[in-house]
Amino acid sequence: MPRTPAFPYTERDLARFRETQQLAYDCAEQVAAWIEPGVTERQATAQLRRRLVAAGVQDFFHVPFAWFGDRTAFRHFHTPLQFFAGNRRLQEGMPYVLDCAPVVDGYTADIGYGGKVGENRVWDRLAADLRVYRELILAEVRARKPLAEVYAAVDAQIEAHGYDNRHRVYPGRVIGHQVTRTTARGPAGVNVLGFGVRTIQTLGRELISERMQGRSPLWADGRSSRHAPTPGLWAVEPHIGFREVGIKFEELLVVTEDDAYWLDDDLPHVRRWADADADADADAETAVATTSAPEGAAR
Amino acid sequence: MSTSATRARTVRSGGLPLAVFEQGDPSAPTVLLVHGYPDTHAVWDDVAADLARDHHVVRYDVRGAGASGVPADRTGYRLEQLAADLFAVADAVSPDRPVHLVAHDWGSLQSWEAVTAPGAEHRLASYTTMSGPCLDHMGFWLRERLRRPTPRHLRQLLSQGAHSWYITAFHLPFLAPGVWRLGLARAWPRVLRDLEGVTPRADHPQPTLRRDAVRGIELYRANMRPALRHPRERPTEVPVQLITLTEDHYVGTYLSEGLERWVPRLTRRTLRATHWSALLEKGTTVAGLVREHVARTGAGADAAPAGTPDDGRLVVVTGGGSGIGRATALAFAAEGARVVVCDLDLDAARRTAELAALIGPPAHAYRVDVSDGAAVDAFAEQVAAEHGVPDVLVNNAGIGHSGTFLETTEKEWQRVLDVNLWGVIHGCRAFGTLMADRGEGGHIVNLSSAAAYLPSKALTAYATSKAAVFMLSDCLRAELAGHGIGVSTICPGLVNTNITRTSTFSATTADEQAAKQARAARLYARRGFPPEKVATAILTAVRTGRPVVPVTPEAKAARFLSRLAPGLLRLAARLNVT
Repeated sequence: MPRTPAFPYTERDLARFRETQQLAYDCAEQVAAWIEPGVTERQATAQLRRRLVAAGVQDFFHVPFAWFGDRTAFRHFHTPLQFFAGNRRLQEGMPYVLDCAPVVDGYTADIGYGGKVGENRVWDRLAADLRVYRELILAEVRARKPLAEVYAAVDAQIEAHGYDNRHRVYPGRVIGHQVTRTTARGPAGVNVLGFGVRTIQTLGRELISERMQGRSPLWADGRSSRHAPTPGLWAVEPHIGFREVGIKFEELLVVTEDDAYWLDDDLPHVRRWADADADADADAETAVATTSAPEGAAR
Repeated sequence: MSTSATRARTVRSGGLPLAVFEQGDPSAPTVLLVHGYPDTHAVWDDVAADLARDHHVVRYDVRGAGASGVPADRTGYRLEQLAADLFAVADAVSPDRPVHLVAHDWGSLQSWEAVTAPGAEHRLASYTTMSGPCLDHMGFWLRERLRRPTPRHLRQLLSQGAHSWYITAFHLPFLAPGVWRLGLARAWPRVLRDLEGVTPRADHPQPTLRRDAVRGIELYRANMRPALRHPRERPTEVPVQLITLTEDHYVGTYLSEGLERWVPRLTRRTLRATHWSALLEKGTTVAGLVREHVARTGAGADAAPAGTPDDGRLVVVTGGGSGIGRATALAFAAEGARVVVCDLDLDAARRTAELAALIGPPAHAYRVDVSDGAAVDAFAEQVAAEHGVPDVLVNNAGIGHSGTFLETTEKEWQRVLDVNLWGVIHGCRAFGTLMADRGEGGHIVNLSSAAAYLPSKALTAYATSKAAVFMLSDCLRAELAGHGIGVSTICPGLVNTNITRTSTFSATTADEQAAKQARAARLYARRGFPPEKVATAILTAVRTGRPVVPVTPEAKAARFLSRLAPGLLRLAARLNVT
């Protein structure tokens, strides 16, 4: 069997992946700006799809998803069919998650965008805490820990936070999956059970070839993920929930033979944390003289 | 000036004179007490005397009762008229400031009419209600249950029907007035003593009882049918405190189910008392609850941000930094309780408090080692000083330990018993004393385990400690019953928490222990029973006062077997399971 290069992508390839990911997040942000109480999940996914296609997307790794309200935390999910957008209407104060995976010229992005309409203190807290997971995953992967162990470390963090692991609801309990340049020839834009026909071809081939090397393109907590991070691109999607609110991000992680980094730091959730930092700094400067909260009081 | 002196005056409303009685400093917050059927203002004597120490207390005889005027016909007893009387009295005694309303039985029904009137929040600062639902809410309650006759709903309908027999009887001509006239009035003190647990006293019932009771029947005849048949949508912005009397023979506790739909600012309290013993035996306790609610709603001082519930309860959870403790603290917070959590791990406890404050009122965290009696005493004192006496204590902190008897060292025994047994003893003693002294009842929840009745040679120390907690709770329940403090023993089976990850194993090296912990954690994770379900069981136990609650199917099955065939379990204990 010919040995594939350990890290198969050129700088040019990475730039194309980055562009696709930017495009996907851009469309998600457009839909987030458009979304308002009364909109249904189906209307939101239709908007998302329309905008992506208008931006030049030819195929989808999987169909766009939208979850509103407690569906963001996958509450009362019993069958995989419940992942598909339904008739749930957005209401004031509800959280929502948009998830889409456009393919342009075979370059795939897979993104998750969490938002809320109106006030939701639980969402604010979750959104701020999500940052910990982005840093944790990167640190663990850079240490080249087996993927199953990284998964366990994320679980431990989720428990310390008092949240629950919602990515385990995804098929295969995956927190992430490998993304490659699809070269399949099947019909573009056709999907079976939500996954593009080309995705299924590519993923099927990957599952077999990776299996032969004792690895899996799917990143979960089982035996098949007890291997060091495979060089390549991984779409990583930690999804956390607290009661009726769930939030996730999903973005591409670049894993080389001896290092790892997030493909792009210029993403909505990362910008949100940076803004929060800037606000906190400004607040700290204006409130130097205020007294500290009494010991033992958590507010 | 003397606060006990009662000043009488007359207020005219709808052409009738109403006898009004005032006590206490008129510049203090005004509390208006409305009595039920077949009482007069005298039923409030104890409550009024206690409240008059720091409130302006106003009582009146409802039309047709006591010294007030009597309407000419049945229409004079309609709820609109009664609510108009209430506002007339409020306007006369406190023209400038809104009043705090407290009502019982029929007084409660007519007060609901006033409280749910549009704009009532400008005249009524708060409302404390006992044993009297809003008839309109009740109409919707019935309608909903008739429309969806699930077994649970049917049971509620049947039960309330059985408790409401007298309402039907009151609609029959001649019967009820005849019964009152021919002896029930004379027998009333005995009825109160034998059925209601009320000690007979000289000044009660009132000398006008026979007359009041016969006239008051018109209250039922004038209002029951129209309101129940054609209920109106009656929401209210007034903060309401609902005191559920758990021994009430006339008003079922589930009648208030779903009341939040109409009353967004609802505080739920429970009092172990019968319909009349609440006022005639536990007057000071009721006064205490009223005082607290008045203080909380009076200054516009709602501590919790808008949209989060606040039911006024204070709940202490030990070991609240993770697992069942954290889930329980959060579940109480979601119901609107103020939560105080303690844990050895202060950061974890703080995190729980932070999450609790997101979904409920502000919460607080402390670092406490429950095995240290002096520390627990100090903690209880600090809680009492900073937050008040808790209404619920959950003794949850515990550790796991596995090992046969001969393997388990003295030190290991001590550690297990210190935390699992002494921790519960210290908690019960420190907080139980506070609860008993306060006299408003309360509830103590002790976390035992299915291991308490399921012998196993591999869990000797752990099972012993949990069995001790089980028996401790049984004894304590008997002792505290007189104080109105309930005790519930929770017996979970395998629940997915970090107790497995911190469990110790006798006669193992560090590596073996880590491997065994990991294996136990995997087993518990595969079992996948979430701590949130135990929390739900704990909340239900507190609400219903259920004494022993096995949680998880295996714990229930083991409990069943331990009673049916204990010998079988003794045999099974010999099996090798670690």
